[in-house]
Amino acid sequence: MSKRLLGLVLVLPALAVIALLFLFPLGISIVGAFESDRRYGLGNFEKAFALYSQDVIFTMAIVGFSTLVIGTFSVAIAGYLTLGENPRAVAILRWLYRWPMFIPFIVVGQVLRTFLAKNGLMNNILIGASILTPIQASGFLDWRGIVIAFVWKQTPFVTLLLAGAMASLDRGTIEAARNLGASRLRILIEIVMPQVATTLVVGLILSFVTMMSVLSVPLMINAQSPTMITADIAFRINAYGDYGVANALGLISLGVTACVAWIYLRQTMKERS
Amino acid sequence: MTALTGTVEARPRIGLDFWWLPRALILGLLAFAIFGPLANLALWAVAERWYFPHALPLEYGFSFWARVFSPRGNAMESLTNSIVVALLTVTVSLALAIPAGYALARLKLPLRRLILLVFMIPQAFPNLPVYVNVARLFYEIGLNGTIAGVVLVHVTHGLVFAVWIATASFSAVDIELEQAARCIGAGALQAFRDVTLPLAMPGLMASAIFVFLESLDEFTGSYFVGAPDVNMLPLLLYSAGAGGNYQIASITALLLLVPSIGFMLVVERFLKADVLSRVGR
Repeated sequence: MSKRLLGLVLVLPALAVIALLFLFPLGISIVGAFESDRRYGLGNFEKAFALYSQDVIFTMAIVGFSTLVIGTFSVAIAGYLTLGENPRAVAILRWLYRWPMFIPFIVVGQVLRTFLAKNGLMNNILIGASILTPIQASGFLDWRGIVIAFVWKQTPFVTLLLAGAMASLDRGTIEAARNLGASRLRILIEIVMPQVATTLVVGLILSFVTMMSVLSVPLMINAQSPTMITADIAFRINAYGDYGVANALGLISLGVTACVAWIYLRQTMKERS
Repeated sequence: MTALTGTVEARPRIGLDFWWLPRALILGLLAFAIFGPLANLALWAVAERWYFPHALPLEYGFSFWARVFSPRGNAMESLTNSIVVALLTVTVSLALAIPAGYALARLKLPLRRLILLVFMIPQAFPNLPVYVNVARLFYEIGLNGTIAGVVLVHVTHGLVFAVWIATASFSAVDIELEQAARCIGAGALQAFRDVTLPLAMPGLMASAIFVFLESLDEFTGSYFVGAPDVNMLPLLLYSAGAGGNYQIASITALLLLVPSIGFMLVVERFLKADVLSRVGR
């Protein structure tokens, strides 16, 4: 019994930090979303939807689309790392893919802002290689820039998780299918993916949540309308000190995240039962 | 390419493998997608003059570096602030995570899995609305715009890495070594200090580096709690970029980039598979 007590005493300070500095302000944010002019009601939400409904849809579309692209790329890369038959190509890919993983979002924003601009290095190289003419060149600093930034930064993370899960699979079934003449694509889709689907979904949900709360990328790549909810929250507070609408927007993004988490939970429950 | 001796080749192989054509194309595209933007950053960091329609900088030099590192420039202040905050964040996080990790790894705790999950919460919710309200709370108690305030925000955010990795590294230490130390007369604290802690050290170092980087790179919390009184590197990068000063922004970005990439290259030396496989368990 005293051991249990000691354990709790040792864990308590760390838990207290989370409770005081995260859960408590989160609660304030949720309550504050319903409070306007010292009264409780849905006023903040009406205002938020009237002003920013387009941005809410924009955010969901961008983050959803990025998640899909990240999923596709990470399955392709992790699949090749697992099933690739040329050791040298696999080694190069393994070395190559994880570079962006630890690069902070703020640096990704700056890097891609200069790279993807209308006069950025990408267009300059494409023009220099005569793939584009200067008239065709256009900047990517709109929704495409945000998607590229998210995919660039988050794909290595999901790939790392997925490749790890694939590496721990039983090689026997894969070899057997290969001996029976199944193509590698078919093995990936029919044998490997069903076994690592949960890992993929967990990785994608973590990425989804991260992308929902990134402020620097939308501020740096695409601050004009329509933009992402996070940029609106920052604007609401810096320009008007309007915590009510900011909290309402925050709750909306929490709600979106909760929906995604709920889909995930329902699926794992189904698998368990 | 030489055919392996002893394997039966269905088709006679000539010296060249034509699959390298699509492979090289795809790997090349990927390398361009990853290193193109990074090369662009490096170019901007050493460009003296670079404007449309020139594909490459007109003049190279380090005058912007001199400006960034001049004693009166606000970059040095940001750099110092960032490093001080990151070091304090590591100290506080480890002071919280070492006891917690030991308890989670060794002592029978009720609701152990739930406790581990609680540390995940700051990563699992969009944290912008939370930081906004933390800033408001801190403002009321005078912590807004102070180093201590920024450190507290960073600790909350980085605690999941600190606690999870500390827990994993303590559970990777063989419990029999601890028991052996106790058998020959060491007290609980002494056994922890002389046996468990040194053995868990590589994992704890890894968690310290994780927390350090997380703090160095954190933008949103510093933006609301720190700015404009506590200048940090990410804030400098943001304001320089917003002001169109791409050289200063790129040099700052490079300063943030180097530790991150360095860590990516050595992470496996610190995080051994025995610890890694226990993370989150």
